[in-house]
Amino acid sequence: MKNVNIKIDGKSYNVPENYTVLDACKEAGIKIPVLCYHPDLRQVGSCRLCVVEIEGQRTFQPSCAYNVYEGMEVKTNTKEVRAARKMALELILSRHPMDCLNCERNTQCELQDLAADFGITEVDFALQLPGYDIDDENGIIVREHDKCINCGRCVRACQEVQTVNALEFHKRGYEKIAYTTAGKKLQDTTCTYCGQCINVCPTGALHENDETAKVWEWIEDPNTHVVVQTAPAIRVSIGEAIGLDAGFLSTGKLVAGLRRLGFDKVFDTDFTADLTIIEEGHELLHRLKNNGTLPMITSCSPGWIKFVETFFPDCLDHVSSCKSPQQMFGALAKTYYPEKSGVDPKTIKSISIMPCTAKKYECNRPEMKDSGYQDVDVVLTTRELAKMFKVAGVDFAVIDEEKYDAPFGITTGAAAIFGATGGVMEAALRTVYEVVTGEELPDVNLTMCRGLEGVKEATVQVGDIPVKVAVANGLSNARKILDKVRAGEADYHFIEIMCCPGGCIGGGGQPRPTSPEKRQARMESIYCEDAQMEIRKSHKNPSIDVIYKEFLKEPLGEKSHHLLHTKYTKRDSNR
Amino acid sequence: MKFFRSHILIGMDTPSVLQGAKGVKEALISELSKKGLENEIKVIETGSLGFSGVGMIVYTEGTAYENVTINDVAELVEEHLVKGRALTRLIAKGKGAADVVANAEEKLLDGQVRIVLKNAGRINPDDINEYIANDGYEALGKVLAQMSPKQVIDEVKASELRGRGGAAFPTGRKWEFTYGTEADQKYVICNADEGEPGTFKDRLIMEGDPHSVVESMAICGYAIGANKGFIYIRGEYKLSIERIQKAIDDAKKLNLLGNNILGSDFSFDLEVCFGGGAYVCGEETALIESIEGKRGEPRLKPPYPPVSGLWNKPTIVNNVETFANIPQIITKGAQWFKKTGVEGSAGTKVFTIIGDINEKGLIEVPMGISLREVFENIAKVTKSGKKVKFAHIGGSSGNIVPEKNFDIKLDLATLANANLTHGSGVILFCSEDVDVVDYLTSISQFFKHESCGKCTPCREGTFRLDEMVKRLAAGNGSEKDITKMKELCEVMKRSSFCGLGQAAVNPFLDCIEHFADELRQGVKEEAR
Repeated sequence: MKNVNIKIDGKSYNVPENYTVLDACKEAGIKIPVLCYHPDLRQVGSCRLCVVEIEGQRTFQPSCAYNVYEGMEVKTNTKEVRAARKMALELILSRHPMDCLNCERNTQCELQDLAADFGITEVDFALQLPGYDIDDENGIIVREHDKCINCGRCVRACQEVQTVNALEFHKRGYEKIAYTTAGKKLQDTTCTYCGQCINVCPTGALHENDETAKVWEWIEDPNTHVVVQTAPAIRVSIGEAIGLDAGFLSTGKLVAGLRRLGFDKVFDTDFTADLTIIEEGHELLHRLKNNGTLPMITSCSPGWIKFVETFFPDCLDHVSSCKSPQQMFGALAKTYYPEKSGVDPKTIKSISIMPCTAKKYECNRPEMKDSGYQDVDVVLTTRELAKMFKVAGVDFAVIDEEKYDAPFGITTGAAAIFGATGGVMEAALRTVYEVVTGEELPDVNLTMCRGLEGVKEATVQVGDIPVKVAVANGLSNARKILDKVRAGEADYHFIEIMCCPGGCIGGGGQPRPTSPEKRQARMESIYCEDAQMEIRKSHKNPSIDVIYKEFLKEPLGEKSHHLLHTKYTKRDSNR
Repeated sequence: MKFFRSHILIGMDTPSVLQGAKGVKEALISELSKKGLENEIKVIETGSLGFSGVGMIVYTEGTAYENVTINDVAELVEEHLVKGRALTRLIAKGKGAADVVANAEEKLLDGQVRIVLKNAGRINPDDINEYIANDGYEALGKVLAQMSPKQVIDEVKASELRGRGGAAFPTGRKWEFTYGTEADQKYVICNADEGEPGTFKDRLIMEGDPHSVVESMAICGYAIGANKGFIYIRGEYKLSIERIQKAIDDAKKLNLLGNNILGSDFSFDLEVCFGGGAYVCGEETALIESIEGKRGEPRLKPPYPPVSGLWNKPTIVNNVETFANIPQIITKGAQWFKKTGVEGSAGTKVFTIIGDINEKGLIEVPMGISLREVFENIAKVTKSGKKVKFAHIGGSSGNIVPEKNFDIKLDLATLANANLTHGSGVILFCSEDVDVVDYLTSISQFFKHESCGKCTPCREGTFRLDEMVKRLAAGNGSEKDITKMKELCEVMKRSSFCGLGQAAVNPFLDCIEHFADELRQGVKEEAR
């Protein structure tokens, strides 16, 4: 990469030629305000908050979307630039409710922060709201269009990162609005409920449906036995959600905190992640032995499942019939657990803490009632749990670590890494290798599965078989792989697909704002957890042996088939 | 081929149709057959003649009639076509034979010159043979037979032709960028999304001389190495769409478009696209987005279209009028072209002149004519007899020039020095009757409606401008409205994403400068 010489506010800098002006300013210690900019998205330069003056140019340029060039002279702090930025912000604020105290994003809002940074105490233009009703009809994603500032991040996330196209811009000029495609109800679009739109929204215009009240009510009810499961990715993100550093690993504090909230039992989804590896591993071996449909594709990620049902209904045979760890857990929490503990399943409410908004959709799928009850009653996101911790005054800096409850408390490193892209693949290979060869894996760290790249490919020698695998994260990458599968050009045996960028660590229910650096920190923390675990392979988990002995009998057996496997629905992408 | 002793060209553009042109045409045909003249005199539809009411020109004499109604038809046929004497009461004054059929190189009495409009109103636009008979497709033949692409570009560069769509970018240089960019596919686009209120020059070129655009695009394709072109025509321009489509079809039949044009190695195909009526789609990158089937919003620049445009391929986007200059530059040479106009602004400029004036319509004048000359010699002063107050040049986003500044010359350099532009090529004259604040409300309403909404300054700024101007118009404004308006305009001018928001503020800033007292009239009395 060549470097170029530029001047910013009179000082000289030597920066790589692929830098934007914003990148260069960041390195020079100049904080430029941004709104439509997001590190995960294509930059459009439309909010005009980041404008700078460039010597020799009649108009200002958006620093987020303008590349440096040799000899460029940038001014970031002239009277005119300050006036232009402030005017843009005032214009935005005058179309925004500004009732911050009543807003879900209060104190965590990018717009609010900017208004504070700009020292805005008064806006000259009269408040004019578009007057949209709040849409919370789908029960998962809530849209408050009056809070939308037209930055378009949600539209770019939906159309470009996820290629779902459930959102688009409507109308023109001052009436322009980021809305659902063709103005349909969200539940009538191709929406996968991945929540990436929420993750990138700078204001309170998009958020998940807050279900904490229901959970508090059950906790308070002495006749309700409330059990909670926590997904692998929660322990590396809940700390961040309550104000600690990104990637702060807080497994034990998370458990302690949940007990303080009043949950009767605190269980770990990692247990059913291990169970998934056993069932899915056997399914793969079964397909390999019996000329089954290959490649087989993972099924843990409910946003991905809705995506494949909608856009690739002809490829559903490739998808593993295993339920996600959350739903396996839900089915066992109201069957195996009551059997073992004597608690009446009628009185059990099963809550799960997930990094995900699509899990809210998954738990309400009509087929997810194999226990005879709704298997999982309520899904809370990382952010919703953070709210509960804040309300209850749980202080992670002080509380001691505690351990998960039996019988779903003993887990492995293989389950822990489910939270990062490539983790399910690595966990599966650790088990498949040893089951097939009967030998111990030389190095448990299968690093070719790791990292945040969109698509990874590897070949792993398992005995005589060179197993070809692929890993994709983010639905645009899933689409690339599925196009190959559909065309018959994918000669893989096994594919892992996660709906969100980076896998569950980048899920739609995770702390905001998100960025590649934050996902990197969460991911590193996950592999750190794995390295610390005593047991690192799912088939070595003693509780797994116990549940097969006591309850399930055998992988892919009748009981497993009934409780742990599912069927998919063909959907129409032209909805 | 059948010979007729006379041709009657009747204007059949939308306004003419609304004023009964179809009925007049039918009456004319039935009257001619009643007199047994149907084999001697042919009635041909053409585009707007720029006359008032229903207009027509009788050839070979070139007598121009306007305001013709069905009731006049019998008399007109009897007098002119049977007895051979003009029907004086309907003659279009100042637009008679001499004006319309004059040699293109000859300056006319009122200062007009016809290069771009040389064929408009003279030939049957639906007949490719008439275009060919008037040197049509000679330029295309010449470039294919005698010139290398580089030579074509050099000739266009030497002519100093600059874009006529508003930005005045040197056409030859633009072509050179695309010529010099390696790509497996390149495109030529004609921007015919003429959206500035009051502007209809491109429509009249397409309606009156569609082949000049088709020929020119093929020449451009040859020069830059493109084999595919699109003409993006405003959807409301039904007649333009029909005419251009027929021109394309006819040219294909004669192998003037299609594969191996005129036996050469060069192939070029053209397709008509139409706009859905969004003003912003006149912005070249928004237009490209629209052709790609996306929402019409401007793209980030760079990269510019000549390097990366339609489907990210090198693309030339030129205005209709720009293209219409090309064939004659090729056949007559750059030096001939530069004889018209002034230093730095070669050639002519086509304007539509409208407002409170006696002679409305389409004019073509040499670059460098003054606004006063247009007003006094061509527009023939105000119709109302009132003193003229200002001219609004270049469309809604153009500049408002008060009468005291009318001596400004309408060439690119002079205008640029005064921070003005030709814009779309419309000049609207307003007399003292016009209330400046009322006038601004119509403009603010327009931009509030037409902003695409992509960037904050334009999306919200046009909305707030409209709010403030309307408050002033209602006499409910405040001093702060005026200062805030100025502040907002200055931010929009420098900070908006594309030309729409940057230029939308021009009339407001001009009125704040020249008509501050009138704006202040809108401040609430108790606040004054």
